[in-house]
Amino acid sequence: MNKKERILILIAAILLLGTFIFPIWKIDLNAPQYPEGIGLRIWIDKITGVSEYDLNNINKLNHYIGMKEIEPSSIPELKIMPYIVILLTLFGITVALIKNIKFLIAWVASIIILMIIGLYDYYIWGYDYGHDLNPTAPIKVPGMTYQPPLIGSKQLLNMTSVSLPDVGSYLIGFTILISCYILINYYKKVRIKNA
Amino acid sequence: MSNTKKIILAISFLFITLLSSCSSNGNKPGTSDAAEKVYVAPGQYDEFYSFMSGGFSGQVTVYGLPSGRLFKIIPVFSQHPENSYGYNEETKPMLQTSYGFVPWDDAHHPELSQTNGETDGRWLFINANNTPRVARIDLTTFETEEIIEIPNSAGNHGSPFVTMNTEYVVASTRFSVPIPQKDVPISSYKENFKGTLSFIKVDKESGNMNIEFQILVPGFNYDLAHAGKGPSHGWAFFTSYNSEQANELLEINASQNDKDFIAAVNWKKAEEYLKEGKGKVYNTEYYRNHYSNSTHSATSEKINKIVVIDPSECPGIIYYLPTPKSPHGVDVDPSGEYIVAGGKLATIIPVHSFTKMIKAIEGKEFISEISGIPVLKYESIIAGEVQDPGLGPLHTEFDGNGFAYTSAFISSEVVKWKLGTWEVVDRVPSYYSIGHLMIPGGDSKSPSGKYLVSLNKITKDRYLPTGPELCQSAQLFDISGDKMKLLLDFPTIGEPHYAQGIPAEKLINNQRRIFELGNNEHEYGLRSEKDAKVERNGNEVHIYMTTTRTHFKPDNIEGVKVGDKVFFHITNLEQDWDIPHGFAVKGMNTAELLVMPGQTRTAIWNPQNEGVFPFYCTDFCSALHQEMQGYIRISAKNSDIKLSYN
Repeated sequence: MNKKERILILIAAILLLGTFIFPIWKIDLNAPQYPEGIGLRIWIDKITGVSEYDLNNINKLNHYIGMKEIEPSSIPELKIMPYIVILLTLFGITVALIKNIKFLIAWVASIIILMIIGLYDYYIWGYDYGHDLNPTAPIKVPGMTYQPPLIGSKQLLNMTSVSLPDVGSYLIGFTILISCYILINYYKKVRIKNA
Repeated sequence: MSNTKKIILAISFLFITLLSSCSSNGNKPGTSDAAEKVYVAPGQYDEFYSFMSGGFSGQVTVYGLPSGRLFKIIPVFSQHPENSYGYNEETKPMLQTSYGFVPWDDAHHPELSQTNGETDGRWLFINANNTPRVARIDLTTFETEEIIEIPNSAGNHGSPFVTMNTEYVVASTRFSVPIPQKDVPISSYKENFKGTLSFIKVDKESGNMNIEFQILVPGFNYDLAHAGKGPSHGWAFFTSYNSEQANELLEINASQNDKDFIAAVNWKKAEEYLKEGKGKVYNTEYYRNHYSNSTHSATSEKINKIVVIDPSECPGIIYYLPTPKSPHGVDVDPSGEYIVAGGKLATIIPVHSFTKMIKAIEGKEFISEISGIPVLKYESIIAGEVQDPGLGPLHTEFDGNGFAYTSAFISSEVVKWKLGTWEVVDRVPSYYSIGHLMIPGGDSKSPSGKYLVSLNKITKDRYLPTGPELCQSAQLFDISGDKMKLLLDFPTIGEPHYAQGIPAEKLINNQRRIFELGNNEHEYGLRSEKDAKVERNGNEVHIYMTTTRTHFKPDNIEGVKVGDKVFFHITNLEQDWDIPHGFAVKGMNTAELLVMPGQTRTAIWNPQNEGVFPFYCTDFCSALHQEMQGYIRISAKNSDIKLSYN
């Protein structure tokens, strides 16, 4: 690993901290009654509305179909995720310092594995919100569930729900890309040496 | 072609000509593209907000221009059952006066606040004519925020006109009366009756109003006003009629003098006299009512003193400009140099020059003095006279391109003339009997000379008839070209005396959508459904109730008795745009409550009979609006049923 690569790893590690500044996922809802739009932003440590009262208003709308209230303080993942991000960042900095390629592989692998776990967890969370409906809900549409899409767009009654990664996820993506670039370069060099 | 054919052709031609001339009786807009010019497509916004006085409705109406669509009635001086203004406990104090609770007034002249002579979109002021008051409307909420009563005044017509930076709102008295009031013969008018010119100071930050001083003036009828701008900043001009000082049959007796007066007031000089302590403190009684968006309530404050300046003891603060004849409007052009009078019985429009006025004052070119007020020489101050301006010229506004537009009431037309040459360049009829007219910013330093609105007193055959009582109306003219073109007629609510217009972009981004629940400081307001409760205090029952989509909390109440005084304090917990909830209980003797998101409103109900009474949400709020209801059980006076709620 040369100096340039070590600096790149350092940058990649610090990019992860960007998830404290930017949300990682976004859900935008559109309905005839909300021409101005309404939506949620999912951060590593909180869930907020696009504008100040959106979360409150989405909970109000969801009660018609019996969805549980989204109560960020009761979601354990939001408490754990900041620590995971900090640990991964420290891990990355360590990799840059000790210049060990195996550690780099371990780092990238752990980021990817944790991301997959995260996405799966998000899917389960969405599944639960969409399916675990209050039986006394005023509006019951036979066969209808309200799980938001993991990625993409879905029509849920009068709401068009669009779910996409946000800036925080793109930053994680950059971290992975940078690391992979260094790994590929490394193995190219190894192959040339061995040839 | 045979002769017979020629004759038939000629007859047909004549017939067609006759037909077409029959239909062109002024009912058609002037141009075929008029519809396109006023068409604002669904979902699109108008270019201007227009605020019109509601006249004897006591309110202000908000229209869009060029579409003429009505957006809102802003309740100001009259109770308004539609949203319970003046009925609910929170807004009742707004209508408090030294005469007690006054549920109605006659609102004439809306006036936008200005900064550096331009409309700034902060506040709208409007006068109450009958029980003299001035109101201030907040243009972020479009609600009345303050009403101040004016003492020593009767018929607050010449009001409320702002100075260049809204330092003051000025007001003058139509009726002269004994000041202070006393029991005297009406025939002692000349001896005992006086008028006042009031200067209401406006706080730069809060907009709060305070009457800084009044000037005691001879007992004429003061009619309208406008403040100077640019070079004439520091002066305010007030028209007067009945300089004859008649107290009966004014239509004849007040129309004898060839000239009445514009009173030119040097208010900066008046401020100096005030500092020297030249003002006299009069004992009086008047109210100032202020509404707060945090307590969501109005409070009334009684004031007992006012400072009055007597011009005979303070020379140089006021001069009379002789002006033909019984002038109505007094309008200062965008440059601040010309002072145009609408002499309603005059055959010309006199235009005074501010520069000449100052020279005449310096040269002491006075022809007489009335109660210590010098009367300037007409010939020394006049800049020009507009000849043949139509009959009954009332009011003038400006397009910023060197032209003035004057309404002529009797000949029912708008007359366009050129500043400087004083020649009439165009005239169009209005249907019918135009009073004031309005160009957005037309009384400011920078008018938007695109549209003109004529505010008409009579509609007669213009609309489908609706029995004896017909609507009054406004008409929109395109003034962007050399010739004025009629574009649109639209009906108004009450009599549209005067209006103001402002480009929409000056207001659109300042609009409040909700009131933050976290800032709700109402004594009986709630921030969460968990706090909903019912409390008894003697025979008073206070119900702290919340609304949200789609229920009241509590919605079952028992243990209330005949003879109790029940207070429904309703807090709307919504924090979403355009989700108000309403409240009404069967048999209530007041208006419904309409509660904006984050707001608290209170209705008092005196149950008179035993039984179970429903209440419900009156504003369609959501899919389950029809389910938004509850019951209150009323038991006998001596019943031992305990107070309970869910």
